[in-house]
Amino acid sequence: MSNPAQTPAQPITFKRNAREALADPQLRRNFRGAMDFLMDKRRSQFPDGDELERLRAFGNRVRARALSKLPELLERLDANLSRNGVRVHWAETVEEANAIVHGIVERHAAKKIIKGKSMVSEEMEMNHYLGDRGVDCLESDMGEFIVQLREEKPAHIIMPAIHLNAGQVAQLFHDKLDVDYTEDVDRLIQIGRETLRRKFFEADIGVSGVNFAIAETGTLLLVENEGNGRMSTTVPPVHIAVTGIEKVVENLRDVIPLLSLLTRSATGQAITTYVNMISSPRKADELDGPQEVHLVLLDNGRSQAFADGELRQTLNCIRCGACMNHCPVYTRIGGHAYGTVYPGPIGKIITPHMLGLETTRDLPTASSMCGACGEVCPVKIPIPSLLRRLREEAVRPPAAEPHHMRGQGAKYSKKETMIWKAWRKLNTSPGLYRAAMYAGTRLRGLMPANIGPWTEHRSAPKPAARTLHELAREHLGDQ
Amino acid sequence: MNAKERILGKLRASLQGTTPVADDYDVGLLTEPWRYGDETRIARLRQMLEAVHGETLLTTSAEWPARVVEALSARNIDELLISPATAHGQQFAGHLALTGSALRLKAYDRPVEAWKDELFFHTPASLTGTLGGIAATGSLVLWPTPQEPRLMSLVPPFHIALLKASEVRDNFHEFMHEHRWAAGLPTNALLVSGPSKTADIQQTLAYGAHGPKELLVLILEDA
Ligand code: SF4
Repeated sequence: MSNPAQTPAQPITFKRNAREALADPQLRRNFRGAMDFLMDKRRSQFPDGDELERLRAFGNRVRARALSKLPELLERLDANLSRNGVRVHWAETVEEANAIVHGIVERHAAKKIIKGKSMVSEEMEMNHYLGDRGVDCLESDMGEFIVQLREEKPAHIIMPAIHLNAGQVAQLFHDKLDVDYTEDVDRLIQIGRETLRRKFFEADIGVSGVNFAIAETGTLLLVENEGNGRMSTTVPPVHIAVTGIEKVVENLRDVIPLLSLLTRSATGQAITTYVNMISSPRKADELDGPQEVHLVLLDNGRSQAFADGELRQTLNCIRCGACMNHCPVYTRIGGHAYGTVYPGPIGKIITPHMLGLETTRDLPTASSMCGACGEVCPVKIPIPSLLRRLREEAVRPPAAEPHHMRGQGAKYSKKETMIWKAWRKLNTSPGLYRAAMYAGTRLRGLMPANIGPWTEHRSAPKPAARTLHELAREHLGDQ
Repeated sequence: MNAKERILGKLRASLQGTTPVADDYDVGLLTEPWRYGDETRIARLRQMLEAVHGETLLTTSAEWPARVVEALSARNIDELLISPATAHGQQFAGHLALTGSALRLKAYDRPVEAWKDELFFHTPASLTGTLGGIAATGSLVLWPTPQEPRLMSLVPPFHIALLKASEVRDNFHEFMHEHRWAAGLPTNALLVSGPSKTADIQQTLAYGAHGPKELLVLILEDA
């Protein structure tokens, strides 16, 4: 499996993955069912279109406000968390973040880590990194636990095992956990519960992500339904939270609209079972909770996205997953085909900042530009126009100013540039245009029947016998 | 320069010459659609909690101990984790003494490390108070204290929570504002809305993923 922590030299093989996924009917059925389910659930949570639109605009402003003072808020967050007794660490790269976590692990001579759901730790390939150093990291979210047992990556940022059906999970548990085969979901969840309860009990360190980091109070907010997040952040003697630098919000009350948008958009719930707000480690008179709480703030390409006013909007994301649920491409190929930690529309606009366009050059083009992602995004990220922008960045000459995306120009081709120049010339010179159209219509018989991927599933286009101009002139005369 | 300085430096450079976005917080949007009034507030809370498999029961400040005993005996549970240092803990212990109940009480009176095994594997039920409730989302607000630590509401498979009807507010904004949360939060403030659940296997909802499998909320109408 490729390791995003170390930039793969080869581009992500998106096209091949997509072709393979499309050929798997079981996978397509699983995704189709799951996406229909999630779209219905979301729709039922927003019966009032006017409220939804006002709330989206509000959410967008709350996020934009936070980003417009990001350095100041990060410093406030750091100061307030430190005052509360939480230790804050900063990392520019995933290597640095992993080294910080490993340092804490080593200081405690920890061997067993239990993890709540955290996409940033996936970004870091933390399990892999610590595993290589003899530390066992176990995922405790049911979906994550299932994909970990299968030695896979999550297929969705909210529902990691969405690509599997109950029968596949039943077989997996039977094979790996040595239990009787059962497709009874209640029973399967109880098997997971019993297995993991012991692990919470034994863990030396708990790792979690963060949904919102609140600068005003120095608080880490986590939403979840299972209670594994609470377990991971309360039972082990040490808690390490990892998050991207963009997750900060200014005030405590700012989380109210964002929570409402997040839980309703993600799983169609008015609220999740648990909203967990952690502000400090165990105090002297308290009987439980970790003795130490750490926060690792990770950049990993975010400051690059931040550098450009338009691309900065990528960082508004609250990771609800609605864009992937509504994406016709994601629904058909599933999350693994993207070959990245964040799949679907959000993945296509955030991953190029993390890995560079060299390896992710195909992602911005993996969109039908239908606009569904932009329409559902609860914080109004204009995903289609960001995709267009990234396509532009990928073909801009590598050294062109002013903004430098890592891998800018990864798709730049002199030939293509020449073709577009010629195209422009053709379309801005009437004589040339007429001549070309005349030739195109009269020589239509020479059009090849096979023009690569286009003709794999379609017949080749054939120019008309006469141009539209000619036809119009025939009908209307020279007016 | 360390990582912090480098990151902040980059961010600052990118913001040069820009002005921060103004704070035009829309309180009305977070409160107006979520108003219930005295007649329907509790009904809304119950409806929302029950929709996610929470059980609710209307009772009074005198009668709730008897309801707890009934709920436990209906489940054949003979042991309850409770905080003897709280007023409700004392009231419950008094009730048991008076009625001569055989129910055993367990107190969370030591650091978790001293009795983790017992808490995790031999504690079937717990009773905690709440700071209040939120009608809009059917949420309990928990504010763990040294007397009622964090794990009390998480580890035992059956969690019973006491909620004073007068402490239920229409929406989260109202609750947060009234309790002045921005001025200070405890180690771990919580909203709890129903028993633990997951839909991670084929979108099929199952309860009791890692936390309580059952949540019973006793709503004290006269308190
Ligand atoms: S881009 Fe928007 S819709 Fe997609 S995950 Fe982020 S917040 Fe949700």
